[in-house]
Amino acid sequence: MNTAAVSESDVDRAYDILKKDAVEGGYCLNPDTEFVKNLVRGLLKNEQRYGYRACPCRLASGKKEEDLDIVCPCDYRDSDLEDHGACYCALYVDEAIADGNRDVAPVPERRPPRSQRGNVSQRAVQMVQAGPSSLSSLPFPVWRCRVCGYLCAREQPPGICPVCKAKKDRFERFI
Amino acid sequence: MVAEHVDGKNMGPVVLYALSTCGWCAKTKDLLRELGVAFDYIFVDLLDGPEQNEAMDRVEKFNPSGSFPTLVIDNRKSIVGFREKEIREAFGT
Repeated sequence: MNTAAVSESDVDRAYDILKKDAVEGGYCLNPDTEFVKNLVRGLLKNEQRYGYRACPCRLASGKKEEDLDIVCPCDYRDSDLEDHGACYCALYVDEAIADGNRDVAPVPERRPPRSQRGNVSQRAVQMVQAGPSSLSSLPFPVWRCRVCGYLCAREQPPGICPVCKAKKDRFERFI
Repeated sequence: MVAEHVDGKNMGPVVLYALSTCGWCAKTKDLLRELGVAFDYIFVDLLDGPEQNEAMDRVEKFNPSGSFPTLVIDNRKSIVGFREKEIREAFGT
């Protein structure tokens, strides 16, 4: 295990990039900068010891194929933002929390426990085998941005269109 | 299993299962220090294979989702996540 310390300048640099990417993608980081920088330090530590930025708030296996769902941003971020206003770590938060109008509350773990966890490629295979036999049996609904036509398959439309920045209410169910 | 001990008022066995990189685990540890409770903490991510598995078995016994932080009080009660109010209440503050 490589335990070389993560320097403050590394953290600051990674934070700036993360923040820029978040804003450009229509996401908000937690307004508590020190809290976020601690999480960034954890991400960099995980990158150092595992070779990928595993979620700092979950136990990574060290095998990337088993951890793909928790490489930050994780598979669960957007569903947790939708249901709880924050991702599991509270690195990403919704607008109400970002603006200081609401506090972060603990987010329950959405990732299946160890015993029920196949790896991501197994899950993908299951998904393909399960369907789709027709468009109505797709595993996720498809949403369309009425402004720019961007399509995405997920439980809910994104808060902001990553292409044209239109708000969630400009999306319609497409399939 | 290597646990770090923090001195304080003896309230029976108090064990915090945490990750060294997790923001909520750090907040939970700070809160326990603030409350002045004697406790042990284990950074599960820093344990090697067999010890880590053993620690996870124990965490899952109290918290089937196996998430962090898991605070185990008196070998029976557990508080999952940084639930400040519940933690304060558990130690009568």
